[in-house]
Amino acid sequence: MTAGLPPRRDRAATRPPRKRLGAMLVIGLAGLGLLVLLAVVAPWIWGDDADRLGPEVHLGSSGEHWLGTDALGRDIFARTLVATRPTLELSALATLIASTVGIALGGLVWVGGPRLRAVGLRVIDVMIAYPAVILALAIAAILDPGPKACVIAIGAAGSPTFARLTANLTASVAGRDFVGSARLLGVGPLRLMRRHILPNIAEPLLVLLSVSYAHTLMALSALSFLGLGVQLPDYDWGQLLAVGLQSLYTNPVEAVGPAVAVVLAGLSASFVGDGLAAAAERSSAPAMKAKASGAAESDPVSAIPDRTAGVPDDAVLVIDGLRVLRADGTALVDGVTFHVGAGEIVGVLGESGSGKTLTAMAVARLLPGGLHATARRAVLRDPGADELDLVASGSESAATRRRLATEIGIVHQDPSASFNPALKLGGQLTETLRVHMGVSRREAARRAVEQLEFVRITDPKARLRQYPHELSGGMRGRAMIASALLPRPRLVIADEPTTALDVVVRAEVLRVLRAANERDGTAMLFISHDVGVVGDLCDRVLVMYAGRLVEELTTADLRAGRAEHPYTLALLAATPHLDDTPSPEDANGDRRLAAIPGHPPRPDERPPGCAFAPRCPAVSPICHATPPPVHAPAPGLSVVCHLPGRRSATEEKPSEATR
Amino acid sequence: MPAAVLEDAAADVGPVEPEEPGPATGPRRVLESPWFGFALRRLFGVVLVLAVLVGLTFCMVQSMPGDPARVAAGNNATPEQITRMRHDLGLDHSVAAQFGHYVGGLLRGDLGTSYTTEEKVSDIIADRLPYTSELALLGILVVLLVGVPLGMAVAVACRDGRRRHLDGGFTLATGIIGSTPEYILGTLLVLVVGIELGWLPVAGAATADALVLPVIAVALGPVCTIARIVRRETAVVLARDYMRAARGRRLPAHRLYLRHALPNLLTGTLTVAGLLLTGLLGGAVVIESVFAWPGVGTRVVEAVTLRDLPVVQGVVLVLGILACLLNLLIDVVLGLLDPRTLTGRAAS
Ligand code: SF4
Repeated sequence: MTAGLPPRRDRAATRPPRKRLGAMLVIGLAGLGLLVLLAVVAPWIWGDDADRLGPEVHLGSSGEHWLGTDALGRDIFARTLVATRPTLELSALATLIASTVGIALGGLVWVGGPRLRAVGLRVIDVMIAYPAVILALAIAAILDPGPKACVIAIGAAGSPTFARLTANLTASVAGRDFVGSARLLGVGPLRLMRRHILPNIAEPLLVLLSVSYAHTLMALSALSFLGLGVQLPDYDWGQLLAVGLQSLYTNPVEAVGPAVAVVLAGLSASFVGDGLAAAAERSSAPAMKAKASGAAESDPVSAIPDRTAGVPDDAVLVIDGLRVLRADGTALVDGVTFHVGAGEIVGVLGESGSGKTLTAMAVARLLPGGLHATARRAVLRDPGADELDLVASGSESAATRRRLATEIGIVHQDPSASFNPALKLGGQLTETLRVHMGVSRREAARRAVEQLEFVRITDPKARLRQYPHELSGGMRGRAMIASALLPRPRLVIADEPTTALDVVVRAEVLRVLRAANERDGTAMLFISHDVGVVGDLCDRVLVMYAGRLVEELTTADLRAGRAEHPYTLALLAATPHLDDTPSPEDANGDRRLAAIPGHPPRPDERPPGCAFAPRCPAVSPICHATPPPVHAPAPGLSVVCHLPGRRSATEEKPSEATR
Repeated sequence: MPAAVLEDAAADVGPVEPEEPGPATGPRRVLESPWFGFALRRLFGVVLVLAVLVGLTFCMVQSMPGDPARVAAGNNATPEQITRMRHDLGLDHSVAAQFGHYVGGLLRGDLGTSYTTEEKVSDIIADRLPYTSELALLGILVVLLVGVPLGMAVAVACRDGRRRHLDGGFTLATGIIGSTPEYILGTLLVLVVGIELGWLPVAGAATADALVLPVIAVALGPVCTIARIVRRETAVVLARDYMRAARGRRLPAHRLYLRHALPNLLTGTLTVAGLLLTGLLGGAVVIESVFAWPGVGTRVVEAVTLRDLPVVQGVVLVLGILACLLNLLIDVVLGLLDPRTLTGRAAS
């Protein structure tokens, strides 16, 4: 993740709030607490009512007996409350058995060495796949049916889940450094388990414990319901329910009490589990609050002067005053203006978080959720058709979608992640042709083969039938380019296509892009943080900093060091040998940019003046207070700076900068 | 996948040509097909499961506290009857001989004879298993056909933090139904649909519509759990790069979600849901008692109460095999959806 999309911090804005999950834990704990309280006090308070025989049997709901009476005239509400204790006790006991046996088993599998581990894990897997209720039935049959058999049965049936979790977690913890060093110090496996490993896996085990308690409660009540659990004259909820069900047709209210009780208890326990899991997730990934700030709204689009007047008529892409806004109104890309001429390759250069990728995605109408784009003008031009508005809000018409799909080709950042792993290459390559251009399957395949040959992929016919994971990384990169070129788009947007690649593959990708540009005259917008690559491939370069465009210049000027903006100059100074093929050590362009001390400001903390001022070697007092002006000698050339061309604060301001 | 890594390295270091060879053809193709290794591994797995199952069911009689012959002969049996029973059951032989006898019987399709009714266990199972499988398989079908689209629909509707209320309501509702035991759901259905409304039969398997309520009762809980899993998996898949790439192709919604998202979220879902589906077998066993369904469930509950071990043994064995086959089926579906899962369990 060298180039943030969207910048890391801004993902917080699209993350759903976690408050509800915290509430879940509270509700679950409160419910369980109430139940435990009931379990303690209910037999004292309602014990007599629960066993008192009454003259009126099978009563419906009444003021005296809320939930009616059973076959012996006993009050079912009281019986339900009293049954809380045995139900909770038995479930707790079964959960205890499941967790103790499971954790011991899982630990044993790990302690016992690699061979035992392989077999043990396999057996645990088999046991987990076996339905717990049936296993419990088998155990209940061996022992005499009754609460003891059920607790043992449910406990045994639940233990494989604990065993596997323990084994999995232990394996991951055991690989960590501190366990290795403890082992080197001669700490025995049992002590290692108890002192070093168990504490580290306690949290997920706790989650499983509460979820498992809910399951245990349900399974036990199911066994009681089947008549295999608690036997008369004792009773728990499941048994009460089974009895109530016998008079379901005549007096259905008898079943209500125990049914509600089982559901509430199960729900409380699983709420606790879900809540704990959510809390664990929260603490491992601290939520970063998106700071709402209106201060960044300093220059609305209307304040930016219109600079599209001199743009050539054949320009493919014309963007004026593009802004990409977060839901809270913070501008991540702030007033970017540029154009891409016919057949021109324009590079966009900037650090991670400079907004270059967001600019590209806004042009492609592919902004991630929670972000939206505005612009005074953002159009894709086609001599044979209307201009296509790229920032129009509202849903896209079918025609718009077709034009976007066929006129803009996108080369995504990570070719390995950008091919769908479940679909064959052929289907993905030809999809646009088939869906939007009505090309027959056969013809689409023929064109795909032709295009794969063009990007120098061997045996292209067979490749179409392969899955992405069957190709090498370099081939996936070239296939991605082929996919973007297939509909013969007017504009190709390449989002850091070389970032993840080594030198040889990178050179190959650049060659293919250049060849496509020469063959079809395809215009390109090439996003990169690599000064060398941009200088190699592009005709013109846009330099972005903190969401704004700071300089537009020709690659010839860039290579010759004739940049004007202090940021571009600093970039150049940090880049050795621009004309050489970049060496592998230079692969991470960010490191070069890091040679400039300091960091770009967060988008919601941009200073009122020049965003580069805190890092600028040429800074003067005016830079902090006043937004720098745009010097645009010609369409496609501009610099946004108070003191263009100055390399340091002491240097004399060059005279040509006043042009 | 070391081979792929090597290929990668080869392609990256050397000049562009020659590249790794294209896909294999002919007999080599069969041997190199990921399905070959998959079949081998799974065959081993099935054999292991069978061995474990046979061992466990055999142990059931051995580990029974007290004298199995006394249990088998009934409470009022005379000592002579018990002795004869012990001989009939082969309990006077060594454990090894008993095991050999048990396995031999299994190989001949002989699962023993019920202590109580003297029926052959294989006949009982042949009689009743179709009802249970019908219930369980229909239940699984309902779970997949309702739970998966439901979870997807909610995930798509709530993507990028939209419709927070729908999301919260979904989480709450599925949470409540998911933690309600299936036999309570079944009872509720009986009460409301069967008795109050009188729409559908509530007991027995005489008519086809008698299936409706039991299937709903078995499936409702797992539907909710699956829907929650799918909702989460869908959110994960929708955020993937390849989904952005697919959106870039401006595909119609059905193509985007069904063709591009569905196979990927199914792999994640099925890996988790395998247990849920085998658990549904257990649910079917319980639910049969609510609806007086003539499957193995009602019979095995009866047998457990009477400690009729051969029947319990037989049912446990057969349901275990069923669960194993179900898992196999799921893995095959996974392999079809995402061939990468064929090359070992590492992906899961
Ligand atoms: S405006 Fe001032 S601070 Fe900003 S880049 Fe120019 S000289 Fe540096």
